[in-house]
Amino acid sequence: MALIETPNLDDHDGFYAELLAAHQGLSEDQSQALHAQLILILANHVGNRQVLSEALALARTCLD
Amino acid sequence: MPYDYRPYPYIAPPGLTAPEPRHRVVIVGAGPIGLAMALDLANYDVPSVILDDNDVVSVGSRAICWSKRSLEILDRLGVGAKVVEKGVTWKVGRTFHREAEVFNFDLLPEEGHKMPAFVNLQQYYVEEYLIEAVQANDLIDVRFKNTVTNVVQSADCAVVEIETPDGSYTLEADYLIACDGAKSPIRGMMGLDFKGELFEERFLIADIEMQADFPSERRFWFEPTFHPGQSALLHKQPDDIYRIDLQLGWDADPEEERKPENVIPRIEKVVGHRDFKLDWVSVYTFQCRRLERFVHDRVIFVGDSAHIVSPFGARGGNGGLQDVDALGWRLAAVLEQRAPPAILGDYDTERVHGAEENIMNSSRATKFMTPADGVEHLLRDQVLALAGKAPFARAWVNSGRLSVPCVYPSDGADDPALPRAARPGAVAPDAPWDNGWLLDALGGRAVVLAIGCEISEVSGAQVVSPPISQFVRERYLGDARSAVYLIRPDQVVAARWPYVDPASIDRAVAAMWRQ
Repeated sequence: MALIETPNLDDHDGFYAELLAAHQGLSEDQSQALHAQLILILANHVGNRQVLSEALALARTCLD
Repeated sequence: MPYDYRPYPYIAPPGLTAPEPRHRVVIVGAGPIGLAMALDLANYDVPSVILDDNDVVSVGSRAICWSKRSLEILDRLGVGAKVVEKGVTWKVGRTFHREAEVFNFDLLPEEGHKMPAFVNLQQYYVEEYLIEAVQANDLIDVRFKNTVTNVVQSADCAVVEIETPDGSYTLEADYLIACDGAKSPIRGMMGLDFKGELFEERFLIADIEMQADFPSERRFWFEPTFHPGQSALLHKQPDDIYRIDLQLGWDADPEEERKPENVIPRIEKVVGHRDFKLDWVSVYTFQCRRLERFVHDRVIFVGDSAHIVSPFGARGGNGGLQDVDALGWRLAAVLEQRAPPAILGDYDTERVHGAEENIMNSSRATKFMTPADGVEHLLRDQVLALAGKAPFARAWVNSGRLSVPCVYPSDGADDPALPRAARPGAVAPDAPWDNGWLLDALGGRAVVLAIGCEISEVSGAQVVSPPISQFVRERYLGDARSAVYLIRPDQVVAARWPYVDPASIDRAVAAMWRQ
């Protein structure tokens, strides 16, 4: 399975709102920690080494 | 050409000289919602008096984007064709980040609808057309320069005190409908809480007159080079008037920003030249608030008096017209004793649901457009960055989700074999029918649509049998061979069946009227 880059999540606006709400009241360090944990949890759920490598590469583009 | 504001004449009301007999309905506010409310009630033979503290139409374009659903409602009120003819029709919105287009949407990608996705038309034109229709209607008595100063309720009516240039008088009404806008004086007089959220952001809004060939599209920019770090929105209106909204930040001084010497250079950067005339300028903040309930015994709140949303979703004026549509047929039935007053509770339930959906969408868009410092800003910027490289993130870019009618919660009979878009609680989809349109045959009364089957008569509803065209098949039948739909007077599907079941139809008609 290759990394899905096309729309694949229903109610993405709802997810985005929930993500912002999860950060409510957190300090900057805590927010970073939340994001880090979220990535690890989702990586485990995805469960595909190849897909995770492609996701990392996509996120890295344009940041350098 | 700038709009020619002409005051409507004030005429001394009869109540100044002798007490008036009790009215069925008094509507406060001659904005688009109050005017539409009177016309909708008149379509059900209910007379009304409209009171307005002013005597001119809206100053400035204000509500400009009229949705397909609003156009369908305005059509039943007799002004739909005029609004479409004068307005600028559009359906595509484009969103840019800096110079690049990151997202676009088509609000009506299919054929076979009488009304377009959206029409841009200045609020003053819509009010002008509605006032014209109201003044031509014998059932409606519109009174300008009549300011409501107090409202009290007794067991069976609302009593209104009114101030005019010639003194004050009192009116009694079976029902008072407050269409008196976002700052609703009636809400204040009744001491009702208007709970919600204020967003710490200011936008400059301007109408400019210029010759240009911008396409008939909605254009929204995040961080454009012509307005660094902020957002901007451009809409085309008729008469060579363009509407520009510019984000200013919370620290901006509204009085300073309103001054032409400050506005003109900002607009010049947007359009790239100084060959334009400033028509109207305002500075606004965002709020999302609503009343907990819209029906308070004999006083009913409709439109902005009941709920306000931040703009960019065109959910204010359009939401208000949907309130009108949901209330008119029910209130008429109560006044004519065809339905118990409990049916007004259905208006409350449905439109609170609609307001919640509008507030939810507007709040989300506002948070995306004007993110708080910290993680909100970080996530917003990274969605915009990802949108440039991954298709999925484009749809996440939120410059406003434009008004579509909500699907009301419904326990009406349903069958999963029939198309989901026409399920109970949804507005019945339009379709071509001979040289006209299916929606023209619905509305104003209860209708039973018999498609691919025969029904001779239904008590309390008119039977309509459209031929099975490709559009009717797609939108009403799906894979089913036949279908029966009960459609409410506001064109919303009440219940549906894939076959004729007379007992179920009768039960659904009774439930619709709360009998």
